[in-house]
Amino acid sequence: MSDVTTSTAFVRSVLTEAKAPPKSIVGPWAWARGHLFGSVFDALLTAFGLFLIGWMVWQVLDFAVLRAVWSAENGEACRPEGVGACWPYVGAYWKQFVYGRYPEPERWRATLVFLIFAATLIPLAIPKLPHKRLNALAFFVGMPIASFFLLAGGVFGLEPVETTLWGGLLVTLIVSVVGIVCSLPLGILLALGRRSKLPIIRMICIVTIEFWRGVPLITVLFMASNMLPLFMPAGMEVDKLLRALIGVAIFTSAYLAETIRGGLQAIPKGQYEGAMALGLGYWQMMGLIVMPQALKMVIPGIVNSFISLFKDTTLVLIVSIFDLLGMIQASLADPLWISPVTGKTGYLVAAIVFWVFCFGMSRYSQWMERRLATGHKR
Amino acid sequence: MKTKFLAATFGVLMGTTATAALAGTLDDVKNKGFVQCGVSQGLPGFSQPDSAGNWAGLDVDFCRSIASAIFNDPTKVKFTPLSAKERFTALQSGEIDVLSRNTTWTMSRDTKMGKFAGVMYYDGQGFMVRKSLGITSAKQLGGASVCTNTGTTTELNLADWFRSNKLDYKVVSFEKSEEVVKAYDAGRCDVLTTDASGLYAERLKLTKPDEHIVLPEIISKEPLGPMVRQGDDAWFNVVKWTYFALLNAEEMGVTKANAEETLAKTENPDIKRFLGKDGSFGVDIGLTNAWAFQIVKNMGNYGELFEKNIGTTSPLKISRGVNALWTKGGLQYAPPVR
Amino acid sequence: MATKSDGPLDAAPRVVWYNDPLWRGRFFQALTLLAVIAVAWTIVHNTAVNLERRNIAQGFGFLSTTAGFDVAQAAIDFPKDASYGRAILVGLVNTVIVAVSGVIFATIFGFLVGIGRLSHNFVISRLATAYVELLRNIPLLLQIFFWYFAVLGVLPAPRQSLEPIGGWVFINNRGLYLPEFHFGAFAGWGIVGGLVFGLVVSWVIRRWARIRQAETGAQFPSGWVSLGLIAGLPLALFAASGFDLSLVAPRKSTFNLAGGIQVIPELIALVLALSTYTASFIAEVVRAGILAVSHGQTEAARSLGLSHGHTLRLVVIPQAMRVIIPPLTNQYLNLTKNSSLAVAIAYPDLVSVGGIVLNQSGQAIEVIVIWMAIYLGTSVATALIMNVYNQRMAIVER
Repeated sequence: MSDVTTSTAFVRSVLTEAKAPPKSIVGPWAWARGHLFGSVFDALLTAFGLFLIGWMVWQVLDFAVLRAVWSAENGEACRPEGVGACWPYVGAYWKQFVYGRYPEPERWRATLVFLIFAATLIPLAIPKLPHKRLNALAFFVGMPIASFFLLAGGVFGLEPVETTLWGGLLVTLIVSVVGIVCSLPLGILLALGRRSKLPIIRMICIVTIEFWRGVPLITVLFMASNMLPLFMPAGMEVDKLLRALIGVAIFTSAYLAETIRGGLQAIPKGQYEGAMALGLGYWQMMGLIVMPQALKMVIPGIVNSFISLFKDTTLVLIVSIFDLLGMIQASLADPLWISPVTGKTGYLVAAIVFWVFCFGMSRYSQWMERRLATGHKR
Repeated sequence: MKTKFLAATFGVLMGTTATAALAGTLDDVKNKGFVQCGVSQGLPGFSQPDSAGNWAGLDVDFCRSIASAIFNDPTKVKFTPLSAKERFTALQSGEIDVLSRNTTWTMSRDTKMGKFAGVMYYDGQGFMVRKSLGITSAKQLGGASVCTNTGTTTELNLADWFRSNKLDYKVVSFEKSEEVVKAYDAGRCDVLTTDASGLYAERLKLTKPDEHIVLPEIISKEPLGPMVRQGDDAWFNVVKWTYFALLNAEEMGVTKANAEETLAKTENPDIKRFLGKDGSFGVDIGLTNAWAFQIVKNMGNYGELFEKNIGTTSPLKISRGVNALWTKGGLQYAPPVR
Repeated sequence: MATKSDGPLDAAPRVVWYNDPLWRGRFFQALTLLAVIAVAWTIVHNTAVNLERRNIAQGFGFLSTTAGFDVAQAAIDFPKDASYGRAILVGLVNTVIVAVSGVIFATIFGFLVGIGRLSHNFVISRLATAYVELLRNIPLLLQIFFWYFAVLGVLPAPRQSLEPIGGWVFINNRGLYLPEFHFGAFAGWGIVGGLVFGLVVSWVIRRWARIRQAETGAQFPSGWVSLGLIAGLPLALFAASGFDLSLVAPRKSTFNLAGGIQVIPELIALVLALSTYTASFIAEVVRAGILAVSHGQTEAARSLGLSHGHTLRLVVIPQAMRVIIPPLTNQYLNLTKNSSLAVAIAYPDLVSVGGIVLNQSGQAIEVIVIWMAIYLGTSVATALIMNVYNQRMAIVER
């Protein structure tokens, strides 16, 4: 090695000064060049994008804050030309948006239901917390039963409250939660049936799943509200909300069945074979080995189904059940608060509420997905 | 009798059976302690809930009058908001005791769906337009866009009327009345059509009610009245005579304010019978003899209810017109209490 | 079953017949089948009893009864004495119109936003992300209301119509009015014939060019030639007819504009709402599809000397499409099904016209059966086509 160096003609004796790092890689300007003004076209796009963002933010800000009416006795203050959001209307009606026409003195029951819901769901959603099995039981069985008795009343000295008075966010929540809670077992059965080796059962499940997935929810709701009463024995009347719930539950179970089937398919064959080798029967194998793994894997899928169900609950207003959006629409008919901006304000509130819930859930589902993306993937 | 049971469908759902016990609604109502009344989902002046959920309107007050006759307490009513589509099923199934929801009395409905107990309001289908159009008659509406409701007789009447007058038009038909009004208000249509009373009511839901007028033409007969189930005469009588009591009270000049005084002082045999000082008319229909007195004292007479809810002093500003008493040239007429 | 071997190890397992999986399977299947039949029978029986009690006639005979109502948009002839059946057909055509135009716009928006999300331009990618996150987390029904009232709110009344092409095109809150086109006989058939002929010839040319390129490597600008043929031939024939076209412009009358082609605001709002909403899902599909093509593919293509355009066209897009198309068709189906929300804003699609028929005739079962049959038919047909496509496109397993 050393003789090679000796043959070199010239060796610099002093170190040159260190050069500055290339401009194009670091620093805010280089970043801006790379990400904002790479070319003329890029610059134009950036300008256009910035303009669009600025314009939209300004529109919302202008309407919801700057020009908004903040306090008024009735809609009179919101009627002049050029006023923004009519917040006092929301102030007067927010209780109806949340509870519908649930009788005032009984609203604590609905509040309690919201609390029970949160108290059973939040611990269930945090993976670190223990007692998942018990918690799931509380959420999927205990919560619905408790909520039903609380809301409907007629027991333990609670005043009975007809379902026609239920409304607002309460109904949105009921429809989506009942939809998911009832459709989960149904969806599991359908998914198992679709993968069954028994041809008749498989056929029945395939036909059921594909039928409900092939038709729009709105026709299902029409069917539930118009045809279900005809299917019942003469003289038996099914509650209107219940009819919609049945429709929603069946519809969702078909979609859930496909989600769960995806999970079942992802379970390696070895798991099935292992279970069979241990001498487990079909239900033992499914219940103890396959399902726990498959269900855990499809949690993001179930959350996504819940999100679309939550959004789809708005359709019940077409069969005149007053969910949050339906309640807002109904309140727009109050002559006291009529103004050109009342409708916009109401819809803005609905959009914000739905967006916050759905965005939150979708973030949760993405987070779960990343957390769970360890298992059987390669 | 209405019984409730839990449908064990995954433990959360509720089913309500109505063991269609058609006879004995009156006893049933007395037992449960309130009248279950089917009303519209929101029609100012007839039945409209406010932000606290309290109902107000002519149809609503009629139900309160029934409750006053039975319980001497107008608050003993529960309201069930119903859409046009659901109303008859709700009545037939026993979900409600009386349907007081601006329902048009037609032959098929009166013979197949239930029984009409009277005409609370004589109505007909009309048109509303913007004043700025300068239209004075419906005959000038050729080529107009018309907003209307589906699921009612309105859209059929509309098609018939325009055809028989050889006029062209464009229909925009919505599922819900709120949407009809909103679309009309947003300028989607030139004309809004529904029952004339409905037009006055819907006008209040517009941003600028004063810029719209109701055209004079009435293109159909729409007698609106309360309805009960068939085959229950006792209950039918109570509802029918509650309506007549409201009319008779107006005819006799008994008002909410002077009811007590009239009862104490009157020498008029008609009024004495009416207010229950003479005879046992109330007991005969299963109520107390003070039934009519209770109605008037708690609610007032027909004229008062009309004025309060839809009359010229109310936001709707409807004049009595054909709904005046027969003594004043109208159609409202009640048989005597005798 | 009978085996002759005497060793206990190879003997067929002897189980009591009721523990035999085969018989058990048969038993449970029979039981399920019986249960399904029993439920179905109960439903049919109850329905028959109820229908009789309510005096509702059964069957599809009502379809030929006179409808007696009008619909806001009829692309096919809808005379005054038209039947319920005709009304439903009008609704079906309207659904097709919404679905087709929705799919076209949703694809355009969706691809733009999906590619935008992958853009190196920070503002654009954030904007695209915000678009997706905002739109797919708000109920579609709410968005339909928003667009409908936004469209109605922004546009002027008929008397103050906007006229982008003075006297010919009008925009107001009753919709978009276009002139009617009436081609002369020769011009009309010339355009159609020229179009068909151009399509056929350019298909032949493309095939020939591909084969020639495979054999000799020589390229042929088949794209430009086809464009010239498809656009040029009809134009030339149209010119040959002496531009035999008469336009009937909409004209102002007391209330609305009369004549011309009217695109009602309900349709505009519905297509806008459906396509922007579905685009947020398509964007995700497109993004996932492009990301699914491994970076090595692009690098390999570039190192083979393919240009940027060729890399995209010959390497990336074909592979991305394989991933994109199945979920994309799903989105198209969703859009079609979601178009039933038209009922909320009075656009006379299949469901809303059917709803009117249902209300007026009381034939709930029949109308719902028609709805379901049509939507189900569309879904099943699409699923079948997709299966064939997937089989053809499936990567050949090694």
